[in-house]
Amino acid sequence: MSADTEHGHGGEPEEWFASAKKIYPMAVHGLFRKIKWTLLFITLGIYYFLPFIRFDRGPNAPDQAVLVDLTGRRAYFFFIEIWPQEVYYLTGLLILAAVALFLMNAVAGRIWCGYLCPQTVWTDLFLFIERKVEGDRRERIAFDKEPWTGKKIAKRATKHFLWLMIAWWTGGAWVLYFADAPTLVTELATFQAPWSAYIWIGILTSTTYLLAGFMREQVCIYMCPWPRIQAALTDEKALNVTYRWDRGEPRGSLKHNKQLEAEGLPAGDCVDCAQCFHACPTGVDIRKGLQLDCIQCGLCIDACDTVMTKVGKPTGLIGYDTDENIQRRIEGKDPIYSIVRPRTIIYAAVIVAVGLTMLTALLTRDFAGINALHDRNPIYVIQTDGSIRNGYSVRLLNKRTHTRHFMLHVEGMPQGTKVEAVGVDTTFADRPIIEIGPDQTRELRVLVTSPAGVKMPESTPIVFRLTESVMGEVVTAKDFFKAP
Amino acid sequence: MSETHKTEIDKITGVETTGHEWDGLKELNNPLPRWWLYSFYACILWAIGYWVIYPAWPLVSGYTTGVMGYSQRADAIADYEAGMAERAVTGAKLVDASFEDIRTTPELLEFANANGAAAFGDNCAPCHGSGATGSKGYPNLQDDNWLWGGTIDQIYQTIEFGIRSGHDEAHIGDMPAFGRDELLTKEQIDQVANFVASKTGLETDAGADLEAGATVYADNCAACHGEDLKGMQEMGAPNLTAATFLYGKSLAAIKSQVTNPHNGVMPSWEGRLDPATIKSLAVYVHSFGGGQ
Repeated sequence: MSADTEHGHGGEPEEWFASAKKIYPMAVHGLFRKIKWTLLFITLGIYYFLPFIRFDRGPNAPDQAVLVDLTGRRAYFFFIEIWPQEVYYLTGLLILAAVALFLMNAVAGRIWCGYLCPQTVWTDLFLFIERKVEGDRRERIAFDKEPWTGKKIAKRATKHFLWLMIAWWTGGAWVLYFADAPTLVTELATFQAPWSAYIWIGILTSTTYLLAGFMREQVCIYMCPWPRIQAALTDEKALNVTYRWDRGEPRGSLKHNKQLEAEGLPAGDCVDCAQCFHACPTGVDIRKGLQLDCIQCGLCIDACDTVMTKVGKPTGLIGYDTDENIQRRIEGKDPIYSIVRPRTIIYAAVIVAVGLTMLTALLTRDFAGINALHDRNPIYVIQTDGSIRNGYSVRLLNKRTHTRHFMLHVEGMPQGTKVEAVGVDTTFADRPIIEIGPDQTRELRVLVTSPAGVKMPESTPIVFRLTESVMGEVVTAKDFFKAP
Repeated sequence: MSETHKTEIDKITGVETTGHEWDGLKELNNPLPRWWLYSFYACILWAIGYWVIYPAWPLVSGYTTGVMGYSQRADAIADYEAGMAERAVTGAKLVDASFEDIRTTPELLEFANANGAAAFGDNCAPCHGSGATGSKGYPNLQDDNWLWGGTIDQIYQTIEFGIRSGHDEAHIGDMPAFGRDELLTKEQIDQVANFVASKTGLETDAGADLEAGATVYADNCAACHGEDLKGMQEMGAPNLTAATFLYGKSLAAIKSQVTNPHNGVMPSWEGRLDPATIKSLAVYVHSFGGGQ
């Protein structure tokens, strides 16, 4: 790296770019590797198979548990069905996601980056394949330098083929969230699926292949905003993957440090074996401290612990720790872990508040709806007998998956007022009975006529009251009745 | 320049600085990642390709058209023509359908209302108003007061042939000019006007002879406006008991209309609008709420 940048301004052309240094992460074994594998199986398992899970909603709704029906303008999540005008639930989810990210960060740093981010998970999977085909770190470095023989071509082809298969399946699973999965799979296989499905599969296949196969840590370092935000949000009490330099320094080879000890000189536990940064998927040296490039996946902890065990020293030279604790150890105090502190309490409280608000809104929401819009021109019409007629565009919603009947009543008008819904012939006690199909809206023109001989004021506040026939669910809309 | 721009290497990172300093902070001159720079070059190439293929640069009188010959205007015209062709298909169905069929077929009803609304704005609104409420001399199409009948077939007939339009099939039926043509004396006109006013809730002149007026009415008016003053749609004779009068509801307006009447003209739209549009207009006007 440094060789590229040491060109001065003096005459010699400067390099305009730095080629990314290729990183060959080494395989490690240990607790954090196990956690990462487990989370990889869970998250990818959810992603790839969730569209196939069925959920019975009755005859007039899809039976796919998670479905975003863009043409039908509905989103389904198990027992929840969202209409387009309820998209604010998505806002709530995004707020929850953001605050959850802050909370994770306040507790234990970049948990999201290290274990859960799709970029990390897919890169991990791609690296696994690379390792299985081309070997571990040393073999891969050597393999890259090998001349192009038939064997090398075969291995490379195998790797890219496997990568492309995973990428293709990733893109394929994505489109299954937007249509009935089993049907779409059949259509895709028989080349009868809509062209947009193939295009989206193509786009996501190429992004997965490029981002997980080639861009890898470049995405985290250059493209993602979270490392910048995270650096501003962390504090001295947050757990982060930390090199305990108070214990490790001065570093030196095992032999050298033993000699120092024998001479009574200070010697650290770090044997400078380079395993920590060889294992790192973003190529950072954790011993330089917390840095933007570090996604805090904990693999250096596993690498270091393995070495420490081998050389007979206590593990945990690299571990989840806080800045504060290093300082305390230097001062000879016991480390303290304050996960519960004002910052985490506030984040948790915000999560609970937003979550409860959303839940309340969800549980108490109406399954019917009414909107009324007064005619703008004319505002009123005088009839032959002197009575006044007002017209309204009324939109009615039935969010249940069966046909329902509603009675429309107008409150606030004098006795003898006539309410007609154009096209609706059924009435009960002179009130229109309106049928609305399953999961549908119906727009009606409603005419309200004051009784002849009653002098109406210039403006009368009225309420459209819609009552469901079986359960008696009531929704209302306010408007005005206008007269000269 | 090279003397003043002496390269400075940051001690901690070993990276060259840009030489700029803000409040003691210096900016490192880290090079861009290669992929970033190449993406930037690719964007430039894309732009050049775009200029070659599509219209891009304005010239003094015109612009570079691009090798594809693409034109948004041509696209828009093609879209418009496709839309008109599609409209013609539904329009043909509309012409063949009965009004009852249109009422019960959502596709046709929606088309007729949309088409009718557009045609109304272009052709009818100048007289009847954009809200179809009319004005003095131009009937309100929203209310239930119909001179020539308010069923959908009657509305259709009125639109197609007009009123006193000169078309052979047009509604004709003139209010005689009782004053101008000296069919009644001024006194008789005052009497009959007061009689009508008394029947429709208006103030009458002090000392008006309503009985004489009743006789004048029976002899001259009842044939068209009816014994009960409720009018006769076959003749286009208005209901004189209604809350709204086409030429104004006042004693003076009644006197004026008996003396020297307005006989308004509605043009015939046959041949000026296509049959589908006339049918759409009938459906649309009927849907205002006053239709019978």
